Amino acid sequence: MANMNMIQALNSALDVMLERDPNVLIFGEDVGYFGGVFRVTDKLQEKHGITRCFDAPISEGGIISTAIGMGAYGLRPVAEIQFADYILPAYDQLVSEAARLRYRSGGEFWAPITVRSPYGGGIFGGQTHSQSPEAIFAHITGIKTVIPSNPYDAKGLLISSIESDDPIVFLEPKRIYNGPFDGHHDRQIKSWANEPSADVPEGHYTVPLGKAATVREGHDVTVLAYGAMVHVAKAGIEESGIDAELLDLRSIVPLDIDAIVASVKKTGRCVILHEASRYGGFGGELSALVQERCFYHLKSPIGRVAGWDTPYPHAFEWDYFPGPARLAKALRQAMQN
Amino acid sequence: MTNSKPLHLHVPAPAARPGDEPSFKHLVVPKAGETRRPDVAAPEEEMRDLPYKLVRVLDDAGNAVGPWNPNLSPDVLRQGLRAMLLTRVFDERLFRVHRQGKTSFYMKSTGEEAIGAAQSLALSAGDMCFPTYRVMSWLMAREYPLIDMVNQIFSNERDPLKGRQLPILFSARDYGFYSLSGNVGSRFGHAVGWAMASAYKGDDKIALGYIGEGTTAEGDFHEALTFASVYKAPVILCVTNNQWAISSYSGIAGGEATTFAAKALAYGLPGLRVDGNDFLAVWAATQWAAERARNNLGATLIEFFTYRAAGHSTSDDPTKYRPADEAEHWPLGDPLARLKEHLISAGEWDEDRHQALTDELTEKVKAAVKEAEAVGTLGKSKPSVREMFEGVFSEPDWRVIEQRREMGI
Repeated sequence: MANMNMIQALNSALDVMLERDPNVLIFGEDVGYFGGVFRVTDKLQEKHGITRCFDAPISEGGIISTAIGMGAYGLRPVAEIQFADYILPAYDQLVSEAARLRYRSGGEFWAPITVRSPYGGGIFGGQTHSQSPEAIFAHITGIKTVIPSNPYDAKGLLISSIESDDPIVFLEPKRIYNGPFDGHHDRQIKSWANEPSADVPEGHYTVPLGKAATVREGHDVTVLAYGAMVHVAKAGIEESGIDAELLDLRSIVPLDIDAIVASVKKTGRCVILHEASRYGGFGGELSALVQERCFYHLKSPIGRVAGWDTPYPHAFEWDYFPGPARLAKALRQAMQN
Repeated sequence: MTNSKPLHLHVPAPAARPGDEPSFKHLVVPKAGETRRPDVAAPEEEMRDLPYKLVRVLDDAGNAVGPWNPNLSPDVLRQGLRAMLLTRVFDERLFRVHRQGKTSFYMKSTGEEAIGAAQSLALSAGDMCFPTYRVMSWLMAREYPLIDMVNQIFSNERDPLKGRQLPILFSARDYGFYSLSGNVGSRFGHAVGWAMASAYKGDDKIALGYIGEGTTAEGDFHEALTFASVYKAPVILCVTNNQWAISSYSGIAGGEATTFAAKALAYGLPGLRVDGNDFLAVWAATQWAAERARNNLGATLIEFFTYRAAGHSTSDDPTKYRPADEAEHWPLGDPLARLKEHLISAGEWDEDRHQALTDELTEKVKAAVKEAEAVGTLGKSKPSVREMFEGVFSEPDWRVIEQRREMGI
C-alpha cells in the first residue's frame, strides 16, 4: 500500500498491466520518452521499452484507428488522447468502428481498446481544455464510459478497463489529478495525502465496471455525481446541512441502475450534478431513468445542476463551473417540495 | 504585379458526359513491360519515378513480358481465372436476384476482379486484408462458401452475420477478410494498426488495406499513410482507382493533377501504379510489396488503375452521369478476357474449357442461390430476434437484457 495521487495511481495501473500482459501497449501524443503532458506515463518507456509505450503523431483519428487494428489482431492497446476536447477527430473511429466491430462482424472481430483522456474543467482551460464529453459516448451503443473520482478507483477501474474485451473511453478528471477539489477555488489547494482513497495497493487489483460507490449515506435526497463533481457534491451537501446520500457512479456505461433506484426509493428525492452542459447531458438520461423507475417514490421534481448551455468560457470559469453553492441551493429546493 | 483577370473557381469535370463520345485520350498508357522493377531493398528516393508510370505485364497479344512478369504456373493462372469468373458469374446472378426483390441491395465488382483475386492468391493464409465492398474476388479466390455469402445477402436464418449487416458487407476472419462497414475509408488505418501489432509481436504476418480513389479524400487515408510511414508498418496500402466514386469522376477526388500512387511520395513511401486489369501485374506488384513488408522495409502504396464497368450499386444508374458505353472504350480492357487470352496463347486454356468452366460456376452459383432461397430470402426468414441484442458488448448489460424482455424474448 502506498499513498498515491491520481496520476501516480494511473501510472501504477499501466505499469502493472505492462508487466502482467505482453499484449498491453501504450501510445499517444507525448506519452513515450517525455512521459505524458500530465506525467501519467512517466518512466514507462524507460522501464518497459520503446515498443511498449511510444509517441504517436498528432492524429487522434490515426491513434484510435491503429489501436482498433491492433485490438483486432489480439493486442490490448491503451491509447491516450491528450485532452478529451480533442477526441472528436477520432469520434468516427469510436462510433462507427470500435463500438460496432463485434456486433457487425457476428463476433469475429472486436476492439479491446482503452482510450484514456483527461477531461473536465475548473482549471482555466477555456473552451478546448475543459469539456466533458461523456454524454456523446453514452449515446453510442457498444462503448463503455468510465470516470474515476479518486486514486484507488482510478487504478482499479483502469485495470478493469484494460482487461475488458470491450472498447472503453476512460475519462480522467484532470482537476483532481493532484488533489480532491470541492469547487472552492478561493481556498487552499488540497493534496491527496490525507485522503483514505489515496491508499493504493501497489500490485494488481480491480474495481468492477458498472458498480457505483456510496460515498455518503443519507436519508433525505440522493445526489448522483461522478468525476471531480463527487468532491463538489460532498462540500455542497455539507454546506446545505441536508442529510443527502451521495453516489459516485464511476461508470456511465454500464450504469449501476440498481444502486441508483435503491437509493432514490429510500430518499424519495434526487439531484444530479455534472460539469457538462445541461441540455442533452447525461443528467437527462439519469433523470429519465429515475423518473421511470422511482415515480411513486418521488416527493419532489428531480433536480439537475450542470454546466450552462454555453461553450466552456475562460474568464467566467467560476460562473460556469457548477460549484457547491449551486448544489446546496438545489438540495434545499428539493427539500421544500 | 497586375491582376489582369478576376479569380475563378476551378471545378474538375470528366472528359465525357451522357450523350458524348467516350474519351480516354487524356490517359497515357505505357506499353507492357516498359516499367522498370527495382530491387525490393532499393531506397525510396530511387523509386520516385514509379508512381507516374504503370506496371503492366500482359501485352496486347496476351503475352507476359518485361521485368515484372511473375512467371506464374498455369495452375495458379487457372486458379485466378476461376476466381475472377466466379466473381463475375456471382455478381450477375445476385444482381438479378436483387431485381427480383429477394434482397435489398447489391454491389458488383465488374472489371475489378483481378485485384482481389490476384492479391488473395499471392498473399499467405495468415495475412489479413481490410477490404472495401468491391473486392469480393478475394473471398472467391480463397473458396469462401458461396452458400454463406448468399445467406448473408438474404439476411436469412443462416446468415453468418446474424441479420445485422447490409448485404455484401461480409466478415470472414478465417479467410483473411476483415469486417466490412458501409462507412468508407475508416478501416484503412486498421490495416496499419494490425500490421503494427504483427511487427510488435515479432510475427511474420502482413496486412493489406484497400481504399477506393474517391475515399482517398478522407482524412483516414492521410492518417493511415502517416502511421504506416512513421512506424514502417508491414502493410500494403492499395488504392483501387476505378475512375468513379458513385457519380464523381476521379478528378473530384484529387486525381486531375497527379496520380494516386504519387501521394506516397510525400510520406516517404514507395508508390506503384499498376494496371489493375492485368492479373499478372497485380500479382507481381503485390509480391514485391509483400516482400518489402516481410523484410521490415515498411509499407508500400499501390494504385490499381482500373475501371468500374458496372453501376456503383443496385441503387445507381450510371447512364445519368457518364456515357452508357464508356466501359467498352476503357483502354486497359477487361481483366477476365485478358487473362483468358494469355492462358490460351500459352496453350494452357481454350474456348471449350472456358465455356465448361463458365457453365460449372454458373451451376454452382445457381445451386447456392437455390439452397439459400430454400432457407429464405429477405423478409421470408431471419435469425432469431434474440441476435439483435447479442454482441453489443462481450456480455450484454442490463439495458439490452431489459429491452429484449420488453420484446418478450
